[in-house]
Amino acid sequence: MTKKNRTSFPSPEDVYQTTLSNGITILARSNFNSPAVNISGHLPAGSLFETDDKLGLADFVSSMVMRGTQKRTFDSIYNELESVGASLGVDSGVHNVNFGGRALVEDLPLLLTLLSESLQTPTFPRDEVERLRTQLLTGLALRAQDTSDMADLVFEQFLYADHPYGKPTDGFVETVQSITRDDLERFHRLHFGPRGLVIAIVGAIHPKRAAEAVEKALGSWQVPGQKEPPALPPLKPVKRTIKGHHPIPGKSQSDLVVGTLGPNRKSPDFMAASLGNSVLGQFGMMGRIGDSVREKAGLAYYAYSSLHSGIGPGSWEVAAGVNPKNLKKALGLIEKELRRFVKSGVTKEELADSQANFVGRLPLSLESNGGMAGAILNIHRYDLGMDYYQRYEGLVRKVTRADVVEAARKYINPERLVVATAGP
Amino acid sequence: MKHPVTQVQLKNGMKVMLKEIRTAPIVSSWIWYKVGSRDEPTGRTGVSHWSEHMMFKGTKKFPGNVLDKAISREGGRWNASTSRDSTRYYETMPAAKIDLALRLEADRMTRSLFDPKEVASERTVIISEREGSENEPMFLLGEAVQHASFRVHPYHHEIIGDMADLRSMTREDLYDHYRSFYVPNNAVLSLAGDFETKSMLKRIKELFESIPQGETPPRLARPEPERNGEVRLTVEGPGETAFTQIAYPFPNATHPDYFPLQVLESLLNGASGLSYKTCRLYRALVDKGLAVDVSGWAEATIDPYLYRFTIVHRPDKEPREALAALDDEIKRMQDKPAPTAEIQRAVKQARAVFAYGSENITHQAFWMGYTSMFSDYGWYTTYLKKLAKVTPGDVQRVAREYFQPKKRVVGVYLPKGKAA
Repeated sequence: MTKKNRTSFPSPEDVYQTTLSNGITILARSNFNSPAVNISGHLPAGSLFETDDKLGLADFVSSMVMRGTQKRTFDSIYNELESVGASLGVDSGVHNVNFGGRALVEDLPLLLTLLSESLQTPTFPRDEVERLRTQLLTGLALRAQDTSDMADLVFEQFLYADHPYGKPTDGFVETVQSITRDDLERFHRLHFGPRGLVIAIVGAIHPKRAAEAVEKALGSWQVPGQKEPPALPPLKPVKRTIKGHHPIPGKSQSDLVVGTLGPNRKSPDFMAASLGNSVLGQFGMMGRIGDSVREKAGLAYYAYSSLHSGIGPGSWEVAAGVNPKNLKKALGLIEKELRRFVKSGVTKEELADSQANFVGRLPLSLESNGGMAGAILNIHRYDLGMDYYQRYEGLVRKVTRADVVEAARKYINPERLVVATAGP
Repeated sequence: MKHPVTQVQLKNGMKVMLKEIRTAPIVSSWIWYKVGSRDEPTGRTGVSHWSEHMMFKGTKKFPGNVLDKAISREGGRWNASTSRDSTRYYETMPAAKIDLALRLEADRMTRSLFDPKEVASERTVIISEREGSENEPMFLLGEAVQHASFRVHPYHHEIIGDMADLRSMTREDLYDHYRSFYVPNNAVLSLAGDFETKSMLKRIKELFESIPQGETPPRLARPEPERNGEVRLTVEGPGETAFTQIAYPFPNATHPDYFPLQVLESLLNGASGLSYKTCRLYRALVDKGLAVDVSGWAEATIDPYLYRFTIVHRPDKEPREALAALDDEIKRMQDKPAPTAEIQRAVKQARAVFAYGSENITHQAFWMGYTSMFSDYGWYTTYLKKLAKVTPGDVQRVAREYFQPKKRVVGVYLPKGKAA
C-alpha cells in the first residue's frame, strides 16, 4: 500500500472526535476537494422498542419527523432544503433511527438547524400523518408484489423466529393501520434524545468548526428519562432445513433466498467469514455461486451470497432470481456449493484473490464524503479503533485458509438451512 | 476550470479524453461505442445489450474466468451498460493498476470470442433478466408507452429486446453486430483520475493506435412523424396499485430548447438527484391527496425522445383525478411565465448537484464520454451557464410547444388484485 493511499484513509490524527455534555458524539474530517459537506448519523430509537401490534411504529415516526416541526411545516422544511440543492433524510432500522444529508458547505448551518428541529420538535400534524399512512400502505402493497422483498421477509421470519430481527421494520398492513397519532408522539417523546446520538461530518470545513456547528444546533437538547434500548433476546437455532414459499400469482420470475446465521460485526471471525463469503458469492462475477448458477448453468441474471453483520446475530445468505420452473435446479446447485465450501473451504489462490480485492478497493469506497462518513461511523459503532483503516491491510492478510474453513463450518450447516422462495 | 481536459484523436480515429484529478489514488477508465438499442433492426432487438454481455466472456488473452478475476484482484470496480444511443464499459481501479484495464479494453475491442457455448448459456441469463423486469408493473407499462410513442424511429423497443428475438437470435447475429460497431473510429476512451497526462497518452497510443480503423458504421435513424391525436392505452397485471405514465415527445440534447425544458422540469418535478417535495406537481398531486407519488424525467439523447411523467395512484382515488390535476399544472406553466426566483432556484440546485458529482472520479470520467455520445464535453462544462440564461418567457414558450395533449401517449397500469 502506498503512502498516498494511507493518507486518504481516516486516522486518529485527522478525525476529530468529541462528546458533548448531553451525550452526543461528534466525528469530523475535512475534505476540501469539493465545496460540499455530508452529515450522517444515528440515535438508538429503532424498532426494538416496538410491540408486535404496532410493528412499523419506529419507521412511521422517523418518516414523520420532517413533516412538520414547531417552527416549520412539511412544505417549508423541504422548501428550505430543495431551494439550495441540499438534502436530508431520516429513516429507521432495528436498533437505530438513521439520518443523513448533504449540502454545499455554505448551507451546513441550515442543514443542521433542520436536523435539530426535526429530531427535537416534530409536531405530527394530523393531515400529514394520514397522507404518510397512505404512502406507507401503498409501499406495503408494492412489497407484497415484489418477489425479492417477500422472499427476504419469509427468510427473516424463519431465521429469526420470535426475535426482533425477524420482524419487518416497515410492519404489516394491519399494524400500520392501527398506529395512532398518540402512538407516534409518545414513541418520539420516550425514545428520541441526545444520549447515544452519533453524528459524522465530512466535507469542506475544518473539523473543529464542524463540531462547533453541531454543538450550536444540538448541544442544548436534553431529554431526562430517555429510555435505554432493551437487550436482544436469545435466538432459537435452526434444527433442520426449513422451507417456506410465499405465492405471488402472475409473476414471471421467482426469487430464492437460502441461508443461515452469520457472525456479528465484532466477532473475531468476522474478517475470515467476510473473505470466505467473497470467494463463495462475490468475487469477480459473483464468486462460485455466480459461476455455477449464472455462468455455467445460465439459470439466473443474479445469483450471489452476502454477509449481513451488525450489532446482533448476523445472517449469511445466498440469493437468486430464476424462472419458476428452475427453482429446484438452482437450489440444488447452491446447496452443492455450500457443501463444497464447508467441506474444503477455499483454495490458497482464491483467498489471495479476495484479500487483494479487499485491500485494493478501499480507496474507492472512501473517495466520496458519504463513503468516508459511513466508514468513520462504523468504526465508532463497532469499536474498531480510529486507526482501523491504517491497520486494515494487516487484518485482511493475516486470515488463513484454516480460519476461513473454520468460520464456514461454525456458521453454515448444509443440513440446517432456511430456504425461502416467492413467486407464482 | 479546475481540471483541464486533454482531447486527442488517434490516427485510427479513436477519440481520447483525459482529465487529471489528483485527489485520491484512483483512475476511472470508460470506453464508449456509438451503438445502442436504436441501431437494432426488427428481429435483432436486444443485440447491443446481449453483445455487451458477451464482451465479458473473454478473448484468447483474457479468457472469461480470468478477466473478471484479474480486475477484482486489484480492487477494481467494473461494469458495462447499454443505452438507446451507446454501449459503455468502465473500470475504476487503484491508480497503479489501471494499465490492466487499458490492456483489456484494447484486446476485447476486436478479439472477443463469442464462443457458441457461451452464447447459449448467456441466452438464458438474458431471458432471466427480462423475466425479472417483467415482474415489475412499471417495466410493463413503460415498455407499452415507449412502443406506442415510436412507430417509425428505432427508439420503439426496450434496450433488453423483445422475447421473440432473445429466443431466435444467433451467434452470427451477435458477432456481426460486434464486428461492425466495435471499431476504434466508432469509440471514445475517457479517463479521469490520478495519472500524468503525457505518459498516459503515450501508453494509450501504444495499446490502441495499432488497431485498424474500420468502416464507420451507419446508424439507424428514421425520424418519427409528428402525431396528431392523443394515444391512450392500458396494461393489466397483478397487484393492488395503479400507475399512470404520460409521455410527451421531447427534443434531443443539443436542441436549443433542451435547456429551458431542463428548467421547466426542475419546476414541475424537482431537480434530478434531490428530493422533490416542493415541486409544483408534488404539491398539486401528493399534498392535495390525489396521488401517492409523482415524478418525471427526460433523457439526453441523439434524436428526439420522450419526457415521461409517472403517477403512483392512491387506492381510494380514480387515476383520472390525478391526471386532471397534472394537466392543470402544465396549463399553469403555459398560461403564466414562471417567476425569475424559481429559475434562480433551479440554477442553484444544479450547482449543488454538480458539486456532489465532483467528489467521485468515476462520475467525472463518465460525463466526458457520455456527453461525447450526443454532443461534446462543452455541453457539460457550459451547462450551468446555459441554465442561468433561461428566461421566464423561454420556459412558458417551451411549455406551450412541447406539452400538447395531442402529441402525448397516456398509459395506465390497471391492477387486477392479488389473485391475477
